[in-house]
Amino acid sequence: MNDSVPKLSIRDLRLEYPVKRGRPVVALDNVSLDVPDKKLAVIVGPSGCGKSSLLYLVAGLAERTRGTIEVNRTPVTGPGPDRGMVFQSYTLFPWLTVRENVEFGLKRRGLPAADRADIVNHYLNQIGLAEFHDSYATELSGGMKQRVAIARALANSPEILLMDEPFGALDSQTRMLMQKLLLKVWESEHKTLLFVTHDIDEAILLGDRVYVMSRRPGRIKEQIDIPIVRPRSLDMVMDPDFIEVKRRILHSLHVA
Amino acid sequence: MAQRSVLKSCLTPRADIPKALYIWTGSLVWMVILGVWSLLTYGGFVAPIFLPAPGSVAQSAYDLAENGMLGRHIWASTQVVLIGFAISTILAVPIGLLMGSFRIVQAAIEPLVNFIRYLPVTSFIPLFILWIGIGIEQRIMVIFFGTFFQQLVMIANVSRSVSQDLLNASYTLGATRYDTVMHVLGPASLPGILDALRVTIGWAWTYLVIAELVAASSGLGYMSMKAMRGFQVEVIFLAIAIIGVLGLLTDQMFRLMRIRFAPWAP
Repeated sequence: MNDSVPKLSIRDLRLEYPVKRGRPVVALDNVSLDVPDKKLAVIVGPSGCGKSSLLYLVAGLAERTRGTIEVNRTPVTGPGPDRGMVFQSYTLFPWLTVRENVEFGLKRRGLPAADRADIVNHYLNQIGLAEFHDSYATELSGGMKQRVAIARALANSPEILLMDEPFGALDSQTRMLMQKLLLKVWESEHKTLLFVTHDIDEAILLGDRVYVMSRRPGRIKEQIDIPIVRPRSLDMVMDPDFIEVKRRILHSLHVA
Repeated sequence: MAQRSVLKSCLTPRADIPKALYIWTGSLVWMVILGVWSLLTYGGFVAPIFLPAPGSVAQSAYDLAENGMLGRHIWASTQVVLIGFAISTILAVPIGLLMGSFRIVQAAIEPLVNFIRYLPVTSFIPLFILWIGIGIEQRIMVIFFGTFFQQLVMIANVSRSVSQDLLNASYTLGATRYDTVMHVLGPASLPGILDALRVTIGWAWTYLVIAELVAASSGLGYMSMKAMRGFQVEVIFLAIAIIGVLGLLTDQMFRLMRIRFAPWAP
């Protein structure tokens, strides 16, 4: 992997948050990582290790205690459309149709209607929900909602897409379908992507690189470049290479 | 699938029952009330001076409608409620949204609002009479005072309960803070706001009657007061029934508005 010009660069990041009694809790400590341009990096770690907090810091939705976060060498100072995000919870605007949801960011940017329509149609086709463009979010299943959330984030053409356990609330079969869909979309769009999950298989299947995080305070324990070729498919979880990487991550997490 | 018996449905929490049964049960309760009422009055169990017969209430409705008094009183009352409620709503919706979304606005007005909210509106009526007389403005003021502070608190709660994730999503899509207030907080709060209005318009009718009992020369409350002095119990009953029907109509209006303007909300 070419690390010379990282899209996202994080150095010595620390996050503390105050508690009612006693010393502040350290959620993240000494976190440094790079996500190269057009690569898919995954952060994997146990619940409560601060991996979601890390993503919120990159998105600019929370404030760091110390350290630097740069996207294209520009420090992050707050939320912005250059860092799109897909959340773990369903965040489609329920009063808007699927089309209007995907259009939301484009409208804020003041794009003409014809351009908006082209972009929206492209991404609705990418996620395979073109025929649902007039549906409301409440009429969609969980998996469909997350697909629209992905389209909504991508339509805004962010520099980097952040995904916070987006398939965490889905059943395992829907989850696999979503992984397949994300691989397909990512392999055709080649967006820089930072994906957070606690699912090791998901991390290896999707990532060019996996960062393993420790339990609180969250630190990067290991950085593993995934040697598995693309395009990838779900049955690669049975490949010897895959299993070897998985063994390494399990050891790193002290669960094997 | 085996059909659950109707009896079992009736005894199962939250189970649906046949629509016809639902309507018949509702109608039956009204018929029973009307039946007991008729029995007590036509059967001579209660003196007409305490409880008028259904027929005499209907007769008074006919008489008052014919000489135009009923229409005048209904219009006088409706006017006061609508004006007072409209002024209150126009102010409470934006201020309530700000109060629920901006800590600084909350800090400035919430303690004050919570103080005023617990002052009985009725205790201000003598003051309002001193200040603004016994005209329609005084009654509008009572309605406003009775609903505005309650609306503020309810609407602030509605906007506070909008999920932070929705706001965050809008920021990551490039929305400014203004965009987020106008295009996320506002629409997300709409169903809750309509629910708050639906509840508070009921209170507006209550305050109206109080205001009209104290100082008015028209309106349904005044009509009742005058009827009491003349021992026309059937007119008092008529006034109560009409207020009930008007309340029901305004309630349905908000229910329909919610279906029309926020069809996406559960």
